[in-house]
Amino acid sequence: MKTLKTMKAMKTISLFFISGLLALSFFGCGGGEGSRNGAEQRSGRSSDRVDILGAGASFPAPLVTAMADEYRGVTSNRVTVNYQSIGSGGGIRQFVEQTIMFGMTEAFLSDDVMQNVEASTGGRAFNMPITLADVVTTYNIPGFDKGLVFSSDVLVDIYMGNITRWNDSRITELNPGKDLPSLPITVVHRSDGSGTTNIWTSYFSRVSDEWRGRVGYGTSVNWPVGVGGNGNEGVAGAVINTPGAIGYNSLSYALLNDMSYGSVLNASGNIIEPSFEATTEAANIDLPEDTRILFTNTPAEYGYPIAGFAWMLVYENLENNNAINNRRQAEELVRFLIWSITDGQELSETLGYARLPMAAVERNIAMIEEVKWEGELIGKELLQDVL
Amino acid sequence: MQNEQKSSIADKPVSIIYSWLGDRIFLTVVVALGLSIILLAGAMAWVLTDEAGMALDEFGIIGFLKGTTWDPGVQFRFGALPFIVGTLVTSVFALAIAFYPAVAVAIFIAEYAPRWLGSIIENLVHLIAAVPSVVIGIWGIFVFAPWMRETFYMPIFLWAADHQPALLPILGSPIGYGMTTATIILALMIIPFTTALTRDAIRQVPKEQREAAWALGATKWEVIRMAVIPYSRGGIMAGAILSFGRAIGETMAVAMLIGNKNNFPFSIMGPAATMPSVIVNEFREAVGNLHLSSLMAIGLVLFVISLIVNLIAAYVTRKLSITGGQSI
Repeated sequence: MKTLKTMKAMKTISLFFISGLLALSFFGCGGGEGSRNGAEQRSGRSSDRVDILGAGASFPAPLVTAMADEYRGVTSNRVTVNYQSIGSGGGIRQFVEQTIMFGMTEAFLSDDVMQNVEASTGGRAFNMPITLADVVTTYNIPGFDKGLVFSSDVLVDIYMGNITRWNDSRITELNPGKDLPSLPITVVHRSDGSGTTNIWTSYFSRVSDEWRGRVGYGTSVNWPVGVGGNGNEGVAGAVINTPGAIGYNSLSYALLNDMSYGSVLNASGNIIEPSFEATTEAANIDLPEDTRILFTNTPAEYGYPIAGFAWMLVYENLENNNAINNRRQAEELVRFLIWSITDGQELSETLGYARLPMAAVERNIAMIEEVKWEGELIGKELLQDVL
Repeated sequence: MQNEQKSSIADKPVSIIYSWLGDRIFLTVVVALGLSIILLAGAMAWVLTDEAGMALDEFGIIGFLKGTTWDPGVQFRFGALPFIVGTLVTSVFALAIAFYPAVAVAIFIAEYAPRWLGSIIENLVHLIAAVPSVVIGIWGIFVFAPWMRETFYMPIFLWAADHQPALLPILGSPIGYGMTTATIILALMIIPFTTALTRDAIRQVPKEQREAAWALGATKWEVIRMAVIPYSRGGIMAGAILSFGRAIGETMAVAMLIGNKNNFPFSIMGPAATMPSVIVNEFREAVGNLHLSSLMAIGLVLFVISLIVNLIAAYVTRKLSITGGQSI
């Protein structure tokens, strides 16, 4: 009899338990964000650990993730950087909505967004270059390895659909001694919005009025001709499998997949073979103070002309970013920033990224010096510790 | 002894959990879960409408649906027509390709195949359904599209160039990534779905129905044609329409293979785009507000079209089934 009763009681309990669980799973999702922040705060207090939360562009994600791993070792597991690769658009939105401590983007913040941030936080939003993206012309012409030479106007006319065969006189002029076949050119471009497209089209817009007027530049544009591949791998797949195709990929991707890529005649009239050094060189120019610049078609004499920055986004007044709860978190974020533009750059080449040039590092340091916590210049203090 | 125990159990007052409370709890949970689905669909529609508001205000609903320009670079004009056409054309043809093979496979499994063979085929069909679409997409990029180009597109294109130059703009460029490739892949992907639904519909046919036909001296083919198919046609049609709905929403494999051309004119072999493909392509990096809102508006159109397709499927099941929608 007793057992019967306990069984009944157990049944009652389990029923309540199940319905409670259901209710929890139901209403629990809404409170997720808040409770996680709470948990972070608690763990920050009880132990000595800090989580830095960032999100944004997918192109620099491998580098930032590697930096995060390395940095956790450097700080002996004290600081964990959590980076979510959700795309530049998402990075900017989350940064403005203050759900992350730093954002990452391949297109710098527009004047509108800069003004909004200034109005809402009373301070600027800093665009800090963290690494460089380079875009190379990849092609598939049977019998031709890397090293074809392109000029800006030839590339524009290929992507406009004005040059349609590989033995067009304007291509052969640039490549004397190479017997190019009369193969039709298949233009391949990225179909997904991407920073690579942003750099590629900004280069075209710089060098061609017609392109600027008709197509413009951005992470996705209205392409006059060609077939769109989804992602770096989509473009690479289409180029590798289509004789006569021309496309564009990041240099590291082209190297990794053993694709043929071309050299480009830059603004100073030098033929530049893509390399990490040439990309770094391209950004080693007189940068504006806020580094919001597209330096495609660089004036640097030996710079590779189709390259751009990826920026880290940080608020000037860190206490006004809702994702940062206390001064300790703010300080750790600044420390990570300083590390990533100095020691962190050592990771670049092995992962297929170009290092930041001195010009950009100097601008970054000037910006970090102005980062504040409740009016106090914590960036400057922390920089003095390191430098 | 036994009697004593029995009576003592019967005498115990019944716990409230077994009287009204248990019912109440169960009812609350079931109603809450049931309503949550409706709420979820409602919330999705509301968010999509809300986020699409900016684009729909800018271009007007009709203007957006009719617009043929998709230009996030210079004019910042967005129109959905190319994507709507791309989606409908690929889905309709995919269904047209997939329907008869799928029905044939289903009939074979249900009526002809010995049990062991039927179950093998069924499992293989399920296996195709289980392959993630991004894997099918990669296979398409590296194997299927180049093969199609070498085997079909190039020879057709070269023949047309020699004999019927007028056909060239209709055929489009024979790159391999385009509307036809995407349609065939799409057909491949919905075959398992259509097959499963058709087989289920055929299994629903009562044994008496067949036996009556046998008794009248029908051959196997006649039994299928006169007793099985008419009885299950509602289910088969509904299955086909649901597969169509799936084809409309299929994203990754299509985005990888269709060539992603956001403007008219489309051609048979050349690149095109669909509603899901443009969303998956551009959503992540859409920085401009109007651009993002337009993508949301495409999502809303897709939502509405899927809803309509599902409603049609429900209607067709009712209308076409031999009992007129009433269960026997």
